[in-house]
Amino acid sequence: MDKWEDNRAWFLVLPVFIIVAFSAIIPLMTVVNYSLQDIFGPGQRVFVGVEWFKEVLSDKRLHEALVRQFIFSGLVLLIEMPLGIIIALMMPKKGWGASLSLVMLALPLLIPWNVIGTIWMIFTRPDIGLFGAGINALGIAFDHTASPSDAWVTLMLMEVWHWTPLVALLAYAGLRAIPEAYFQAARIDGASAWAIFKYIQLPKMRGVLTIALLLRFMDSFLIYAEPFVLTGGGPGNTTTFLSIYLVKVAVGQFDLGPAAAFSIIYFLIILLLSWLFYQVLQNVGKGEA
Amino acid sequence: MKKRTLGLIVYFILLMLPIYWMLNMSLRTNADILSVFSLYPRHFTFENYMKIFTDASWYSGYINSIIYVSLNTVISLATALPAAYAFSRYRFIGDGQMFFWLLTNRMAPAAVFLLPFFQLYSTVGLIDTHIAVALAHCLFNVPLAVWILEGFMSGVPKEIDETAYIDGYSFPRFFTTIFIPLIRSGVGVTAFFCFMFSWVELLFARTLTTTSAKPIAAIMTRTVSASGLDWGLLSAAGILTIVPGALVIWFVRNHMAKGFAMGRV
Repeated sequence: MDKWEDNRAWFLVLPVFIIVAFSAIIPLMTVVNYSLQDIFGPGQRVFVGVEWFKEVLSDKRLHEALVRQFIFSGLVLLIEMPLGIIIALMMPKKGWGASLSLVMLALPLLIPWNVIGTIWMIFTRPDIGLFGAGINALGIAFDHTASPSDAWVTLMLMEVWHWTPLVALLAYAGLRAIPEAYFQAARIDGASAWAIFKYIQLPKMRGVLTIALLLRFMDSFLIYAEPFVLTGGGPGNTTTFLSIYLVKVAVGQFDLGPAAAFSIIYFLIILLLSWLFYQVLQNVGKGEA
Repeated sequence: MKKRTLGLIVYFILLMLPIYWMLNMSLRTNADILSVFSLYPRHFTFENYMKIFTDASWYSGYINSIIYVSLNTVISLATALPAAYAFSRYRFIGDGQMFFWLLTNRMAPAAVFLLPFFQLYSTVGLIDTHIAVALAHCLFNVPLAVWILEGFMSGVPKEIDETAYIDGYSFPRFFTTIFIPLIRSGVGVTAFFCFMFSWVELLFARTLTTTSAKPIAAIMTRTVSASGLDWGLLSAAGILTIVPGALVIWFVRNHMAKGFAMGRV
């Protein structure tokens, strides 16, 4: 579809630009400022150049946290994207079943993140939690406070429980926006369910799935409250993700300069990867349409 | 067909288990929760809910959250609708960069950004107001709204716009009477997501408020005391945080389910 060329369209974008720029630009510049200075107190600042960046980039524990973060976000995307699409395809198209499914999908998304961690903390307790007691009753020893692999399983379960509904909701809305005429045409041609999915539903969902993928990538890469409450980054450091480590640097060592440099590197990693995802998803399947 | 329904039912049962557990705990006293494992509340009590409904420091949190979340949803939708239309229909200088820049505002790790945020909002004198939180949440909700709406708008053929303009519709009239109804499902989903992300966000909301606009999520952290957590109270508060959002999705569900009615034009 060719777009109209008209720079007056900027007037439609201007309100959005102003409202976002108000909260975005000054704090970002301030953080850049912090990252280049050594701050001893109000009025006592020394320009240190890229010193903090060098220090942060050579931090071993940051490298480990980064690796963990990549594994975590990768698993999140690999599990949640297909599962969300499958659920959206299974959901009824109309009637009370559709309404009920939509409301139930929304429930986990509406709980504040710190509360999610707290609820899962008790939900997985072996003595008084349903999940913990249930899995022990099956004869599997399970303790997310002692075993790193159990901690990971718990975190992944919580994450998949919490966020797959987001993918499903977006995919469902995308599916409902496909005109019925496409399915009628496919039925006349005798297309299989798989062919309908591959050649009609999936390409038509590309827009919403791009958003779902980017959202899930960004938010899982920035995850903080849930693992912080549930495992506190432990046992040991095995679930210390980037955000948790960042807060340790910023608050624990009370060092604004390195923490700011860390934030900027963190931000740039997400920016770069999101841009790559975006470019790939924009161009995938362009030739077919 | 049967297999599909069965799969869905199994998924929804698993999805509801942690929420059932929260409901179960919310109807028991803290001592009861900590002493025995019980699949259902044996000594049924509404004590936790009563405390929330009668204690102003608790229920004011819900009111504060609802005010700034509603403000945020309205601002986000009102500004994002025209912008998303511009992105989906027009080519203009810097459109691609602008579109992606918007999303980059969701990518900053909050921890270090909170301090400059606090300074910015104190400078303009908005600390501890609902509008401050609503504006701060625009930082991540407006880009999201633009992105989602743009996707839905691009699904509408441009011929519809052209026909309407030839028929003599002005842009505002075409936009509000023909175009927005066409992407109802998109508007419904967007409204829900703006509501949801603003509702569960804790760090900005907590940083920018002290007393008179304090959100419920921040008040819930109070249940942590020297004697540990008051699980019953926390669970009751958690159940109540679900209710407003569930109502929102109940109202937009038809817009989501109805989808794209081509025949209307």
